[in-house]
Amino acid sequence: MSETNKVIPEFLGTSLTPPTPPVTRESASTQPSALRRFLSGSAGRNLGLVIALALLALVGVLTAGDRFANFDNFLTIVRFASIIGVISLGMTFVITAGGIDLSVGSVMGLATVVASLAAVQMTARGAEPFGWLLMVVIALAVGAGAGLINGLVIAYGRVVPFMATLAMLVAARGAAELISDRRTLIVDVRGFLGFFRGDWLGVPTLIWIFLVVAILAWFLLARTTFGRRTVALGGNFEASRLAGINVKRHTVALYVLAGTAAGIAAVMMMGRTTSGTSTHGTLYELDAIAAVVVGGTLLVGGRGTIVGTVFGVLIFATLTNVFTQNNLSTSVQAVTKGVIIVVAVLLQQRFAARGSRQT
Amino acid sequence: MRGITKAFGGVQALRGVDLEVRAGEVHCVLGQNGAGKSTLIKTLAGAHQPDSGEIIWDGEAISIPNPPAALALGIATMYQELDVVDGLTVAENIFLGHERAVGGVIRRGSSAHEARLLLERLGHREISPNREVGTLSAAHKQIVSLARALSRNARLIIMDEPSAVLDSEEVKKLFTVINELTSEGIAVIYISHRLEEIRQIGDRITVIKDGATTASGLSAADTPTVELIRLMTGRTVEYVFPPRQKLAADAPTVLEVENLALRGVFSNVTFAVHAGEIVGLAGLVGSGRSEILETIYGARKSTAGSVSIGGKRLRPGSVREAVNAGAGLAPEERKSQGLLLEEPIFRNVTLASFGRMARLGMLNEGRERRATDEQIRATDLRPADPDRLTGTLSGGNQQKIMLARWLVHGTSVLLLDEPTRGVDVGARADIYALIRRLADNGAAIVVVSSEIPEVLGLSDRVLVIADGQVVREAPAAELDEHAVLDLVMKGNAA
Repeated sequence: MSETNKVIPEFLGTSLTPPTPPVTRESASTQPSALRRFLSGSAGRNLGLVIALALLALVGVLTAGDRFANFDNFLTIVRFASIIGVISLGMTFVITAGGIDLSVGSVMGLATVVASLAAVQMTARGAEPFGWLLMVVIALAVGAGAGLINGLVIAYGRVVPFMATLAMLVAARGAAELISDRRTLIVDVRGFLGFFRGDWLGVPTLIWIFLVVAILAWFLLARTTFGRRTVALGGNFEASRLAGINVKRHTVALYVLAGTAAGIAAVMMMGRTTSGTSTHGTLYELDAIAAVVVGGTLLVGGRGTIVGTVFGVLIFATLTNVFTQNNLSTSVQAVTKGVIIVVAVLLQQRFAARGSRQT
Repeated sequence: MRGITKAFGGVQALRGVDLEVRAGEVHCVLGQNGAGKSTLIKTLAGAHQPDSGEIIWDGEAISIPNPPAALALGIATMYQELDVVDGLTVAENIFLGHERAVGGVIRRGSSAHEARLLLERLGHREISPNREVGTLSAAHKQIVSLARALSRNARLIIMDEPSAVLDSEEVKKLFTVINELTSEGIAVIYISHRLEEIRQIGDRITVIKDGATTASGLSAADTPTVELIRLMTGRTVEYVFPPRQKLAADAPTVLEVENLALRGVFSNVTFAVHAGEIVGLAGLVGSGRSEILETIYGARKSTAGSVSIGGKRLRPGSVREAVNAGAGLAPEERKSQGLLLEEPIFRNVTLASFGRMARLGMLNEGRERRATDEQIRATDLRPADPDRLTGTLSGGNQQKIMLARWLVHGTSVLLLDEPTRGVDVGARADIYALIRRLADNGAAIVVVSSEIPEVLGLSDRVLVIADGQVVREAPAAELDEHAVLDLVMKGNAA
C-alpha cells in the first residue's frame, strides 16, 4: 500500500493526466498472473487436495448416506488418521530434507513393547499415580533413541538414508520380538488409559494430540530456522553446507524428530489398543510416505508442506472409511490407494511444471 | 596465504600457492581451468583443508576448519555453481545459515526488510524478497548470492566467475557494487576468464598455473595480455581463430530454419546453413539465442515455423527426430545437460553412437575404446586416458569430449551453445580449430556465444539476435565488434 501512495504524488507532479489509467493497466496485467500464481502456489496445491477430499466425502455420502455423514463417523475417520498422521508429520521433515525414514513403523512397535513392559513392572510395584507419565517418557525416548542411531549412521557413517533406516526397520522389529517374546503385552494402567482413551469437549484425546502436533510441526517447518534449513538441505545440500549450516547435526536432529514422532504415535497406539506388541505399526512407513507425497511434499526434497500432509492422511483415512462402510475388501482398497498415489503425483508434476513455466 | 598445498587422492591440486590480498582491493586470480583456482578458494572458504602451508589473516596465522569458521572471520564466497536453494524465498536464501530469528523463530518482517535493503544496494530493487528463488533467472540468482555475501558483513568476498551468467549491463552494475564495496575497505577476490573485465575492475593479479603461483602482484591495468597468457599457459598463445575456408559454390543446404517462433521468446527466425559452414548467433543473455538452438534441436516445441535437415521437415518438439536426421547439441550447461560425470571418458564419447558400437544389443567395449582413442588423439584430449572419470577433467577437455561425441557420431548439423564457457584461453584455440575441422568435414554448424569476438572470429556468417528477433544477418568479415555490440544493445533497449 505504501508503495502506491508514494507513486501517485510523483505521477501528478510530472503530468496532469489523471492517475487512473496506469493503475487500471497495472491491475489488468497483474490479475491473471496473480490468479495463476495462486493456483500454482501452496494454496492452489492444497485446493486440489480439498477437492479430492470433498469428492471422496461425496462418494461416501452417496454410497453410505447417513452412516457416513454424521459427526461420530467424522471423529472415527480423524481418530483413525491421527496415529499414522503423527508419524507422517515427522516423516514430512525427513523427506523435505531429501531423506527417507523406513524405520518409523517398527520403531513405533518397539516403543509400544518397551513402554508396556515398563507398565507391567510398574503395576507390579504399585507405582500407579505418576507411573503412566513415565510410560509416555519411555515411549518417546525409545523413538528418539532409534532416530538418533539412524541420524548418526546417516550423517557421520555416510550410509544412505534408505539403507540405514531399512536396517533399523529390521532390527527394531527383531528387538521388539525379543523383548516381548512375541507376546502381546496388555496395558492395564488406569491413569494412562483414562487419559488417552478419554475425550475433551467431545473430541477424543488422540485427535487433540494429532492437532497439537500438526500445529507445532507447521510452525516448526514454516516459521523457524530449523524448518527453513530443512528445506534448504533438501533443495541444495552443498549450498546449505557452504552457507555455514551444520548439516550433520541438522541431519541427526531430523531423524531424532521422526523417531520422536514414532514414539508419540506409539503412546497413541497403546491408548487405542490397550496393548503393546511387536506387530504394531507394520507397513506404517509406507502409508506415511504415501500420505506425505500425496500431500505435495517432494520426494526428492526441497519442498515440504505440513498442511498437505494432514490432507494426505485424511484422504487415505476417508478412503478406508468409505470402503469399510460399503463392506469392500481391503484388497480393493489397496488397489484404489495405489491409483490415488499415482494420480496425485502426476497432478503434482503438472502443477510444478506450470509453476516454473510461468516466469 | 603462503605455500598452500592440497592433494586429492593421487592428484596434487595445489603445490605451493601464494596469495596476498590487501583490504579494499580487487584482486584477480587468473589461471587455466584445472590450475587450482577452485581448490584455492574452497580452502579459503573452509570447504577444504590444506595439507600444508599457512593462512595469515590480519597478521595472525589461522586455520579455517569449516565453512562457518570462514564466515565468522568475514570471508564470504560466491560460488561458480549457483549456490542458492530453489525452494526458498529470496530473503530466506540471503539469510540462510544466519537467519534473522529470535529463539529459532524467524522474524519474517525484518528479514524481508533487510533483504530489500541489500537488493536495493545492489541496484536490483525489482527482485521481491518474498519471491521463490526457483522462479528467478540465472542472473538474478547470482544477485541473490551476492546479497548473501554482503549480508555476512564480509571483509573479503570471493567471487568465482560471477560474470559467467550475467549480460554486459548486469556486469556493469556488478562492477559499480564492487567499487562501492572496495571503497568501504572490503577486499574482493575476483576470478574470471574474461581479461577485459579484469582490466576494468581489477587492481592486482595473481596468476596460478598447475597448482602453483607463477606471478603475483601484477598490475591489472598495465600487464600486457600476451604476458598474462604466457604466465597462465607457460607458452605464448595467440588468441587465434582458424582460417575460414571458402565455401564451395555447390555446397548443399543442410539446415533450413523458416519463420521459427517460440511464443514469448523469439519469432520469425529464418536462416539456412550449408555443409561446411559455421553460422554464429550473437546476442545477450536472454535474447533468445540459446532457446533458438534448443528449439531447432527439438528440446523445446516451436509454436510456429519449421526446421528441416537435409530437406526433411522435422516434427516440432522431437529430439529423437532431430538426432536421427543428424543433429547434435553441445549444451551450455555441459555438466548438467551434456555429460555423465561419473562415467569414464569413453562412455561419454560413444554415448550418441551406441547403436554402431553394439552387436545384438551387447556393447563392444573394445570398439568403444578404439573409437575413443582415435578421438583423444584427434582432439588432443588430456589426460589421454579413456578410463578417466569425466568429472575430473577441466572445462576445456570436457568440451572436447562433447565435440568428440558428435565426431564419432558423424553429425551433419552441430549446434553449439557457448562452446568456450568455462574454458581457459589456452584450450580455446584447440576448440576453435576442432569446430572448424568439423565444418571442413562437411558439417553445418551453428554457434551461440555471448562473446562477440568469438562469434565474429569463428563464424562464416553471423546473425545478430536482440529481443527474440534477428536484427542483422551478414558475413562475419563485414561486421566488427562495435557494430554488433551496438545492434545488440539497441535491440535490447527497444
